[in-house]
Amino acid sequence: MIVALAAKSILSIRQFGFSFVTSQQWDPVKSQFGALPFIYGTVVSSAIALLISVPLSLGIAVFLVEQAPYYVSRPITFLVELLAAIPSVVYGVWGIFVLAPFLRVHVEPFLARWFGWLPLFQGSITGIGLLTAGIILAIMVTPIITAVVRDVLAAVPDSQREAALALGATKWETTRVVLVNGAPGIAGAVMLGLGRALGETMAVTMVIGNRPEISASLFAPSYTIASAIANEFTEATQDIYLSALIELGLILFLVTFVVNGIARLLVWNVTRRTGATA
Amino acid sequence: MRRISSSDRQRRVTNAVMTSFTGLCTLFAVSILAIIFAYIAWQGIGSVNLRFLLDSPRPVGEGGGIGNAIIGTGVLLLLASVFGMPIGIAAGVYLSEFGRGKFASIVRFVVDTLTGIPSIVTGVFVYAIIVLPLKHFSAFAGGVALALIMVPIVARTTEEMIKLVPQNLREGALALGAPQWRVTLGIVIPAAASGIATGAMLAIARVSGETAPLLFTAFGSRFFNYRLDEPIASLTVQIYNYALSPYDDWHAQAWAATLVLMTLILIINIVVRFFTRKKF
Repeated sequence: MIVALAAKSILSIRQFGFSFVTSQQWDPVKSQFGALPFIYGTVVSSAIALLISVPLSLGIAVFLVEQAPYYVSRPITFLVELLAAIPSVVYGVWGIFVLAPFLRVHVEPFLARWFGWLPLFQGSITGIGLLTAGIILAIMVTPIITAVVRDVLAAVPDSQREAALALGATKWETTRVVLVNGAPGIAGAVMLGLGRALGETMAVTMVIGNRPEISASLFAPSYTIASAIANEFTEATQDIYLSALIELGLILFLVTFVVNGIARLLVWNVTRRTGATA
Repeated sequence: MRRISSSDRQRRVTNAVMTSFTGLCTLFAVSILAIIFAYIAWQGIGSVNLRFLLDSPRPVGEGGGIGNAIIGTGVLLLLASVFGMPIGIAAGVYLSEFGRGKFASIVRFVVDTLTGIPSIVTGVFVYAIIVLPLKHFSAFAGGVALALIMVPIVARTTEEMIKLVPQNLREGALALGAPQWRVTLGIVIPAAASGIATGAMLAIARVSGETAPLLFTAFGSRFFNYRLDEPIASLTVQIYNYALSPYDDWHAQAWAATLVLMTLILIINIVVRFFTRKKF
């Protein structure tokens, strides 16, 4: 896979070299290709997604493992897994017709009024942009992070909980002990979610606005690597244009491969360790 | 009387706050799910009728339907299953029955990591190795792209399911003098067959919602098409195109097509859930 992608992107690699990832110019008409706006859009939208989904998923996982009785946690586990079964394009449809108008009318004016002094929340309010993409992504990665954290927490030996409770710890203090125990696995789960968020295409393409610009505002339209490929691939008529897009694909592949690899190693370490002692 | 010190009170308050926070998180996620489903049902139900399900797309304002897209999705899923299932199941059997040692853990690691590769990258890859040499989009390329996504999912579920087969079944067969390959093919795989089938169903449910890898492999089409070397329509690509179009009429159709797609995926998920509950 790497070989095939690299072979097809060699034209663009030769032409632009390292400046491909540092240049802000993306102008197919002049055959100028710099991927920085896409990288920025990808990183920022994924960061927003993690900022929202990590506390949310931790909360759900703790609730399912530490608090809810079996007859509650079982159906809820299924429901949360269903969130992962919804196709990306369906999130996209929901995003443009429901979430974006909602953010435009209710949330973004509120943020602009109270936090408008931050450059993050300035600029025109359209409902389409980085913030919307980040929120959609957060909903999409939450079930993934939740599922892995749940497994990790379930793998923490009960003796840890019993010891904490026996020392007079409250339920929450016990949970903190459990969380610290599972920390590497939780980090792995977050990385897994990150890998998914970085590569998510359809839903993001539909709500992010698709403009290759770097802007400090979260309301501004942006572009991600994946959505650039999705949008422009069939329009790429010159070889160099196509080659640049395939190079984008190569970058995305390598980054997600590394992120996922680290995630797997972290999660494996936790589950293997407890597997050995059990 | 026992006095509650202020630090003690603080601990209790923190406990109560955090405990309810986790409950709220769960409530939030479940209500998002409910909201999404409710919207799809509410917006989609009005446009779904028999003609919509059978007709092919027409220009704006003249109705039209998603018949060709339903058939296209069916063809693509069939192709993907034909290519992807045997490889995925074989890999899963290898990992669980023969997978010890260094090579196997490398295979397992690669399979796991492949699961996380963005589907759009799979699309680009298939474009580079199939569409470019053949010089045009085709149903075949779409099928291969979906198969690539299927393989790691099927491999992992097959491995998990085969691990559930009790060890003494294998030992019994070996003790009767059966060679390893007969034990695997004749005893272990039939014993795990229903588990493998549910894994396969889940993989189908998963790829039936994929759009990104189809955009520049199967490409999409506005007509009924049964040739594998031509572009073919799919539900997901059609939803995408309609949702981004400027016409209200097409937006309504996008919602309706979404309802059809979600019904399909939901049915598979619930059926799988039902069967796995009974078995294990």
